[in-house]
Amino acid sequence: MSEQHGLTIIVKKVCQFIVPPLFLFGIYITVYGHLSPGGGFTGGVIMASAFIFQILAEGSYLDKLRKDKKNLELAESASIFGLLVLSVLGLILGGAAIFFRNFLPAGKLGDILSSGFIPIGNLIIGIEVCASITLIYVALLIFKDEETQ
Amino acid sequence: MSSMIPLYVIIPLAVAFLTVILSRLFNSLGKYLLISSLLYLTGLSFYFILQSPQAVVYRVGGFADVLNVPVAIFLVADGLTFILLLIISIVGLMAALYSFSYTKQYTSEEKYYALFSLMLAGMYGVVIAGDIFNLFVFLEISSIASYSLVAFSIDKQQLEATFKYQVLGGVSSLIILLAIGFIYWATGTLNIADITTQLPKDKTFVYFVSVLLLGGFGLKAALVPFHSWLPDAHSSAPSPISAMLSGVLIKAIGAYVIIRLFFNMIPVSYEIAMTITVLGTLSMIIGVFLAIGQWDLKRLLAYSSISQMGYVIVGIGIGMLVLATGGKDKVAALAITGGLFHMLNHSIFKGLLFLNAGSIEYRTGTRDLKRLGGLSEKMPVTSGTSLVASMAISGIPPFNGFFSKVVIVFAAIQAQYYWLAFISIVVNIITLSTFTKAQKYAFNGELPSKYNKINESPFGMSLSMTLMAVLCIVMSFLIIPGVREIFLKPAVDVLMETTKYSSKVLGL
Amino acid sequence: MTIFLLCFLLFMIGLYGVILQRNLIKIILSLAIMEYSVYMFLIVIGYVRGGNVPIISKFYEHGPFVDPLPQALVLTAIVIGLATKALLLSVAIRLYKYYGTFDIRTIHDLKG
Repeated sequence: MSEQHGLTIIVKKVCQFIVPPLFLFGIYITVYGHLSPGGGFTGGVIMASAFIFQILAEGSYLDKLRKDKKNLELAESASIFGLLVLSVLGLILGGAAIFFRNFLPAGKLGDILSSGFIPIGNLIIGIEVCASITLIYVALLIFKDEETQ
Repeated sequence: MSSMIPLYVIIPLAVAFLTVILSRLFNSLGKYLLISSLLYLTGLSFYFILQSPQAVVYRVGGFADVLNVPVAIFLVADGLTFILLLIISIVGLMAALYSFSYTKQYTSEEKYYALFSLMLAGMYGVVIAGDIFNLFVFLEISSIASYSLVAFSIDKQQLEATFKYQVLGGVSSLIILLAIGFIYWATGTLNIADITTQLPKDKTFVYFVSVLLLGGFGLKAALVPFHSWLPDAHSSAPSPISAMLSGVLIKAIGAYVIIRLFFNMIPVSYEIAMTITVLGTLSMIIGVFLAIGQWDLKRLLAYSSISQMGYVIVGIGIGMLVLATGGKDKVAALAITGGLFHMLNHSIFKGLLFLNAGSIEYRTGTRDLKRLGGLSEKMPVTSGTSLVASMAISGIPPFNGFFSKVVIVFAAIQAQYYWLAFISIVVNIITLSTFTKAQKYAFNGELPSKYNKINESPFGMSLSMTLMAVLCIVMSFLIIPGVREIFLKPAVDVLMETTKYSSKVLGL
Repeated sequence: MTIFLLCFLLFMIGLYGVILQRNLIKIILSLAIMEYSVYMFLIVIGYVRGGNVPIISKFYEHGPFVDPLPQALVLTAIVIGLATKALLLSVAIRLYKYYGTFDIRTIHDLKG
């Protein structure tokens, strides 16, 4: 196989085994962000590392990467816009019209569904950070390919 | 009323991200969204100023104070904030109008408008921030957006300029973060109003933190030992971005923060005031001497930015010195009025000068003064507005530059710093000769034959330049006693009651 | 006390690199070292003697906690540093494409 299409078959098999638990671990850290250390940013970085590992092991198929780049930009901007909408909802829905107010019920200490909108914020930021870091990597790959032509 | 303050941060952020999301469906949505949002925000700023409220305090998240200790993130808007919000909106609107036709040469226009909105959101955030770490985060947002905008049309000079700008800006941000760390260690709080009540009485600590803050923010404001990034970054950037950088960025994240922290957060002391005045004087002198020898038009304008920021800092410094040595309050108020008024004026006429230089470069393709000449017959709007701006910056009545410089010189004489008044007048004369040289080589003289076919810039560019030239004349009305009460006096009052700001904000 | 001196030493090493190195990538790495020293300094500020991890759980409900505010500041600062480094590295790659070298003595177009 040519150099461009990924590393040896051992690495590809290991990648096949590791990437799903890695991604799941990232989601776990994001979802439990309000109870244990972690949250949006660190969970997002772990999810991005799962994607980057897959690109490294399987090889960079550049036509697909160019299409993915547009989707990644959309995902990133849409999730930050979602966070902005979430914070403005406090302005509209809450009783006292305050920006970023925690308007969902705060449950019992130690539950997953507690502390207002913080879990939703964590999920949105996790998606956003994952999209950003993967986008940086994909953009550098596309640039390298355009440069060597 | 106070719930409209976060709109200054929400609206530019929403415009930035909506531009990227909707760029697949509509082609040039970003331009229209940006201009309409800036029109709305300008109107909102005027509305706030004409209502003239006292300090508006907004607690993000609505967390009430716990045992009289502020725990929420504060957004504070008082007299000084409102004039800065107004000038950021006006210059942003003019630069956005100018970019309408200027960005047609780029392939990814929507990213330009998204980054422009992010830079505006960062600047608005710095100006309304009431706690020091939020100020740092918004400062970084606008700095990072400006690093990418400087390199937007990716050629050799822009890349080298932005690398230099980024490394120096990064070091200064680290020094600011270090200062924030020290402040948190000593006082246990991050709220600007609360820090005043909790600062230790130990003078050594206050001087140490002041030096760190002055170093960090002095680099953002391009004071003299820290000015070396400015000529490259401001001259190589695309022209509307140069106008934004030189017009509002060095004021909103540089001069404004220095004024806010050293008047309202840290008690006024003689050594710090003398340091600030000396730095301002050095900036005035060195900036203008480096400007007069330049043959590249935008580099000349960038060096003269350093010199004019020196004027602003000297005005503020004289006010601080008078307050620190227990002089008369009226003299301090006069000096601070001069400094703030010059800050506003400089945004308008320096923005206009950079837009003119961009218009020349757009049509002729060069910025070198030795190769231009005689453009006044082919580009009447550009040369007319450039003449207005050059007269304004050189302090010729009835344009706005004259009034602000005269106020600073009078304040220096009344405070008995005669050398400062003399240096200001000499620097003004050298500024006049610099801009006479620029006007002569660019617009008067012989037209080189290869420029026979050019004509005036497109409509959007001409419109924004004309509006800014009109503003140059209108803003000289701000010194008239009736109008001054509305715009400048609330800002000066906030600074004159130096640390009583904290008790007003905390509501004690 | 020694840990503050070590943070300061790391800051000075990073500053030495930014000022005196000639390779663009080494300048970026020295800037990163400076950043890490400031992050470490911020976290060490929040230490409370005998304090524990600032998370309320069934096993540890009250008692001295380490100050969590500087940790939040450092998280934000790390994200900002990530954006800065990504941008710096992209600019460095593009400069390499134009000039063929990373040496700042050859990349010296803007003078005066």
